[in-house]
Parts: sequence; C-alpha cells; structure tokens
Amino acid sequence: MAAIALVVLLPLAALIEIAAEGDAEIWPHLIANVLPASTFDTLALLAGIGLVAGSMGITAAWLVTAHRFPGRSILVWLLPLPLAVPTYITAYIYVEVFDSAGLVQMALRGIMGWKSRGDYWFPEIRSLPGCILVMSAVLYPYIYIAARAMFLTQSASMLEVARTLGASRIKLFRIIALPLARPALAVGVSLALLEALNDIGASEYLGVRTLTVSVYNTWLNRGSLPGAAQIACVMLAFVIGLILIERYGRRDRRYAASPKRHRTVHPVPLFGIRGWIATVLCTVPVLLGFIIPTAFLLRETLRGGLFNQLDAEFLAHFMTTIGLSVVATSTVLILAVVLVSAARLSKNSLTKGSLFIAGLGYALPGTVLALGLMVPLVGIDNLIGTLWRSLTGERIGLLLMGAAGGIVIAYVIRFLSIATGSLSAGLDRVSPSLEDAARTLGASRREMVWAIQIPLMRPALASAALLIFVDCIKELPATLLLRPLNTETLSTLVYTYASRGRFEDGSLAALVIVLVGLLPVIQLVRTAEARPRVAESAGSSASALPAVDKP
Amino acid sequence: MKVNVSFARGLLFGTAALGMLAGSSLAASAEEVLNIYTTREPGLIKPVLDEFTKETGIRVNTIFIANGLEERIRAEGQNSPADLIITVDIGRLAAAKDYGVTQPVKSEALEKVIPAAYRDPEGHWFGIALRGRVVYASKERVKQDKITYEELADPKWKGKVCIRSGQHLYNISLIAAMIAHKGEAKAEEWLKGVKANLAKKPSGGDREQAKDILAGVCDVAIGNTYYVSLMLNGTDPEQKKWGEAINVILPTFEGGGTHVNVSGLALTKNAPNKANAVKFMEYMVSDASQEIHAEANSEYPIKAGIKVHPTIASFGELKADNIPIAEIAKLRKKASELVDKVGFDQ
Repeated sequence: MAAIALVVLLPLAALIEIAAEGDAEIWPHLIANVLPASTFDTLALLAGIGLVAGSMGITAAWLVTAHRFPGRSILVWLLPLPLAVPTYITAYIYVEVFDSAGLVQMALRGIMGWKSRGDYWFPEIRSLPGCILVMSAVLYPYIYIAARAMFLTQSASMLEVARTLGASRIKLFRIIALPLARPALAVGVSLALLEALNDIGASEYLGVRTLTVSVYNTWLNRGSLPGAAQIACVMLAFVIGLILIERYGRRDRRYAASPKRHRTVHPVPLFGIRGWIATVLCTVPVLLGFIIPTAFLLRETLRGGLFNQLDAEFLAHFMTTIGLSVVATSTVLILAVVLVSAARLSKNSLTKGSLFIAGLGYALPGTVLALGLMVPLVGIDNLIGTLWRSLTGERIGLLLMGAAGGIVIAYVIRFLSIATGSLSAGLDRVSPSLEDAARTLGASRREMVWAIQIPLMRPALASAALLIFVDCIKELPATLLLRPLNTETLSTLVYTYASRGRFEDGSLAALVIVLVGLLPVIQLVRTAEARPRVAESAGSSASALPAVDKP
Repeated sequence: MKVNVSFARGLLFGTAALGMLAGSSLAASAEEVLNIYTTREPGLIKPVLDEFTKETGIRVNTIFIANGLEERIRAEGQNSPADLIITVDIGRLAAAKDYGVTQPVKSEALEKVIPAAYRDPEGHWFGIALRGRVVYASKERVKQDKITYEELADPKWKGKVCIRSGQHLYNISLIAAMIAHKGEAKAEEWLKGVKANLAKKPSGGDREQAKDILAGVCDVAIGNTYYVSLMLNGTDPEQKKWGEAINVILPTFEGGGTHVNVSGLALTKNAPNKANAVKFMEYMVSDASQEIHAEANSEYPIKAGIKVHPTIASFGELKADNIPIAEIAKLRKKASELVDKVGFDQ
C-alpha cells in the first residue's frame, strides 16, 4: 500500500534532490527574463484549452444526448475518437496542413493567384492560438466523455420537467446542462490540462514557450539540471492545483450520481436549420481532432508508398509497443485494485495519502519522470547485480534498464492515477452496506474484496484498462529516454523520423498508433453507449459513465 | 468475462515480448559488440555502421536518445552498457565531458586527421564532420550573394528574417560564436537587431524556414547546410520545392569565417567494449567512412581531401571560422541567457 506510494514518490524525491543541489545563481535570470513570459504562456495555453476543449466537449455531449439531428447516430461514435491521436503527432500534421507553405495555403494561393504570404491574411498555426486549437482538437474527448456520461445518467427527469414547463432549448442547456456538467467539466478539463502541461513536443514545435519548455532550456542550454528541476517543482504546484480541482469535481459527481433510479434521456429532434447547426457543431471537433489528422497520415502513407515499411522489423516494433503496453496496463490495474480496496477498507490517513500520492505520477512531465526514475532504477539494478555476482560469480549488467523494465515502471507510475481515479469512482457507487453484510456473514477481507469489490469494479476496471492502454501506446518521452538498446516502439519510431525533419516518413507508424488506439476507444464508446439500453430493457437503473458500475 | 480472457492472452503475449527483449540483450554478450548511445537519428549513421560491421564483424547496437543521454549514462554508472556517444553540436559534446561520463582517447590516427580546433584538447571528444550555419535566401527576392552574420541585424531586413527558436542548440552555438567575436554587449545588440527584423515568431525546424521563404513569409532565414541537400535530393517533391526556392549564402563574421559546428564522438568512462569503441572511432576518420558519411548526411567531411557532396559543394567554398569550437562551447550558457534577455522567442 504505502510501498506503491513510495514507488510513485521515487522520481519525485529524485527531482527534489536534484533541485536541492542548488544553482541559486540561475534564479535572478529566470525571474527577470524567463518565468514571467513562460508562466503567462502556460496560463494562457491552459485557459485557452480549458475554454476551447471545454466548450467543444460540453456542447457536443449535450447535443448528442438531448437532441436528434442529422448524423447524430454516427457522431456519437466518432466524437471520442481523437483520444487515439497523440498530441505531438497532431501538431506536426497541423503545421504540414495549415502552415504558410502547407497544403491549405498553397492551394489557396494557387486558386486565388496570390503570390506571397503578404498578399492575404491567414491565421498563423505556429502560435499560441494555433497551439490551443491543435491541443483542444485532440484533448476535448476527455471532457466529452465525462459530460456525456453525466448527461445520460442525470438529465432525464430534469429535462422532462423543464420541457413540460416550456423551457426553450437554449435555456435547457443553460439551466440543466451547464450546472450538471460542472463536475464532469472539472474532471475532464483537469485531465486534458495535465496532458497539455505534459506535452513538450507540440508546444515547442508550435513556438509556445511554456514552463515545460523552460525546464528543457534551463537543463540543456544552460546546463543546469538543478535549475530545471527547480522549475519543475514550481510546475508541480500547478499540477497539484489541477489534481485538487479534479478531486473536487469527482466529489460532486459522487453526490450528483447518488439518486437511485434514472431513466435514459429521450432525445428530442431538432428540425431544419437547427438540426444542421447541431450537425456542424458536432462535426467540427471530429474533423479537427480525428478526420484531418488521419486523412493526412493516410495520404502521406499512400503518397510515399510507405506500406513497404511493413516488414519484420516494423512488426517487431509493433509487438514491443503492444507488449509493453499490455504488461504496464495489467500491472497498473493490479496495483490500483490493491490501493483502492485498501483505501476503502481502512480509512486512515496513510492509505488516503497513498492514494493521493499515487495520483501525482500523472503530474510529472514524461522526461522529468524518466530522469527522476533513472537513478533509483539503476540502484535496484546494481543491487540485483551485486547479489547475483556474489551468488553465481557472473555479471548480468542492468536488468531493469537493460530490458525494458524501466519503461514499464515509468508507465505504471504515470498512469496509476487514471486507474485509481476510475476505480474509486466505481467503488463510490457501491453501497458500503453490501460490504458490511459480507463482513457480518463472516467473509474475510480478502474474500470480500475478491467476491464483492472486484466484480463490482469490473466495468470500471475495463474502461480504465482501455484508457491506460491507449495512453501507453501513445507515450513518448519516458519511452525515448528509458528504452534499452535496439528497442523501438511505434511512437519512438515516429519521433525518430520527425527528429530528422522527415515526419512524413513516419506516417505509417503514426497511423498504426492511431489505429491500435482506436480499438480500445471504440470499445469504450460501445460500453458507454450500450449500457443504458441494456439497463432500460432490464428495467433497472442505468448508468453510462464508463467508470461507474450500476448498483 | 470476455475482456478478462483477452486480457490474459495479452499479458502472456506481453511477457513473452519482454522476455525476448531481455534475452536478446543477454545473448549479445557472447559476441563482439559495440554499444552506441546517440542523439543522431540512427538512419543517418546506419550506412557507416553497416559498413563497419561488415569490415570488422563487430555487431553495433544503438539507442537513439534525444535529450538526457548524458544523464542516462551517468545514472547507469559502472554497469552502463554504453561504449560510445555519437552526437551533434559542440554543446552536447562539451556537456558530456562536463558531466564526467567520457574518458580521454589517445590516438594518432584521430589526431592526425582531425584539426585541433575540432577536437577536445584533452581528447574527450572528436569532431568527425562539419555543418555550416548559413543563410537561406529567396532566389526571387534576394539579389546579393554575400552576407555577414552582422548584417542580419541591419534594418534593411526588417520583417524579412525567419529563424527557428533562439534556444535551439544550433542557434545557441551561433550566438555563442558571436559573443566570442564581439563580446557580450555587442552580441546582445546584434541579437536585438535580428529580433527586430523577424518576420514571425521563431518556431519550427530549419526546413520550415525554407518553406516559409517559398511561401513569401520572409526573404532570408538561418539554417544548416545539410538540410538543403536533404530537401533537394530527397524523394518528396514538396520538399524539393522548398529547397529550390532558396539560394544558400555562406555568411561570414566580419573579419572571420562561416560558423561551423561538429558531429562528434566520445568514448564513455566505463565503456565495456573499449577496444571496439576506439576501433570504431578510428574507422570513422578513414577515407571510406568519411565518404559514406558525406554522401549519406551531406555534412562537410572533417578529413582533408574527401569529396564534398555535390549539392554542398555548389554553395561555394567553405571558409570556416577560426575560433576553436571548445571556446564557443564555454559561451553557450551566456548565449542562452541572452536569448531570454532580449525576449528573442517571445
């Protein structure tokens, strides 16, 4: 229990230790020249993504839940798909498509006869607004999924009452959707913002100097790892803030979700122009976050004849990717069950604290996490090595770092909080009386966890597994830094091409990342969309929140 | 339950994959190997590596790490499998030495070929190829064929200059070289001047700058020499257009030469296959490998008398700046601070 928290704390402790090494002389410079601008950029980026991704997610979720309009039944399936597209890949693609010499502007110039960039106005993609748009396009599903689940479970009776009382559609959205969505918004937005804060590739490429970028510059160009670690510690404050917002949101959700009987929402049709407006509002996010990126990758793959990259080597990289993700996902789930069950059973502050600490792993930027992990990992390796040598007299080298163990541990630390979050939300829906009954009937703690908690958590487990699996497939920075010799995953493969300035050549690998990620995302949608109907036909209460079981 | 079944299958599969990984790294100890940690994209050095293996029978294992390579070797300590670091930019080479993860190499073969300005005085690192940081100029809109770095700050270029982030290591080294030539105050003034001339906020990579020239965003940009060759000789017709939109002018410092940087090698402190590593280092300055390298990467060979890639040769004769790059490396931190101070990227 506390041991799991300790593992999560390892990189954090290493980070703080590096930060404590000093290099105080760097701070006057940072305060005068770096931090004001990068703090502003970071805040502006986060606020922008919160606003854009938030409104995309909420609007789409509300429209598909409360209304029927052309294309709705397809859009319900398409809207969550950008979850499978990595942010850094989207950034590269958007530059290729919308930059001054990108596909769109070149075509425009050809059609309009403009000669140079100065002849017309076009928004600059490599800018703060551009970055907000790119990141929002792939991060909005976090908000959409949470909001959709909330609307599905919560709004039926309220909607009907309000409709009967003659409330207009806009008013329905304002008085029902928005207040209802607040907790979902908090959860989804904080997840999306954590992802954004973590992403170095996209923001740097698009020319936005966030705090994360400052961490890199301080480390690499000013040769000050301690200085970089100190900035990273400052960033942790942001992150803890975001986690607290998420906690706050989830607390509300539990409260809001407690009424026992729900009916599913019956969407009312939107006719004529209104229907089409709804179609457009829901299509734009899908277009931006999924169709444009995928179409671009497909185009490049076909154009470059990249299918000949599909050889034994590519297959090996593919297997590595899947293997690492599966092992990491299973490990995360096992640890999360232990953590969450323990926190449920014993409500002391140690277990509660452990649960909170487990959430911090998600907060560390991948490279910082990997840097912090290296020293303790090698420490363990050396311990094993010495032990082995004294027993057998042989050298075995680095076991964890030498054989992908390091990557799995990094994934586990990074994604543990997704599982604990989802599982605790799932368990929160279970009445404690069930467990009390089991205990009264003489079940041991272990039997109770095994016979009651785990079966009840199964849907939450499944959805957490799918999300974590997708995240592992997409993960780049920690993989890049911790992998052993001669080992590539699909994402390092894409990065390798990109670092040579030949991003297009990695299109096939990028496409495969998206396709592999799609399967779990589709499964996720299927669970979320199917359950209300099943529940309805069974006549019992319905809950479509993927992370939540029906009582 | 269906989920659980497929899950168990996946778990087995994943464990097997990991086992294979572990197995391959253990089996490697039986034969002659060389383990290279590199910040270079392996595709760029693969032709040379393959040729080396063919000649010596030594199997080369590589890992590409963008940032954190030195930290990783330091963390791995005595058990690190790393033998050799291959990296670009003097900043990275100097950082490796400062980090204490390298050891000196005494080799006549290396010292004979590599000019003193392009290797560490104590033998901790060796440059094996050069790249120039040069000016890309619009074929259509720029008529002059000579330029100085100083001139980029001239108000006549107002709104016409493109460049990637000032904090990118290529630019940091260029700015450091400017400090070495002019002193900090003058360099700051120069950087302010360049900033005032920018057509847009610094972003993208070197290729994007050529692309922006084609699109008419700017008239001149700063980029590395080899990118132009990669664009012109690559398979992508669009990139070819970017390359064709520009002329390359080899700029000089007033009273100096063109700023060049190195790709280089360093032997790690705890190299388990030291002999193989030194063999490789010496192989890298052989005629054969210098030729392959120049052909595959379009960098300037470090060895005198080796043929330069025709595209690179078409830029004119390189008159490299004479300040030893080890000196430039020392000024990188100052350069980075200067970039922040003038708000170059803002």
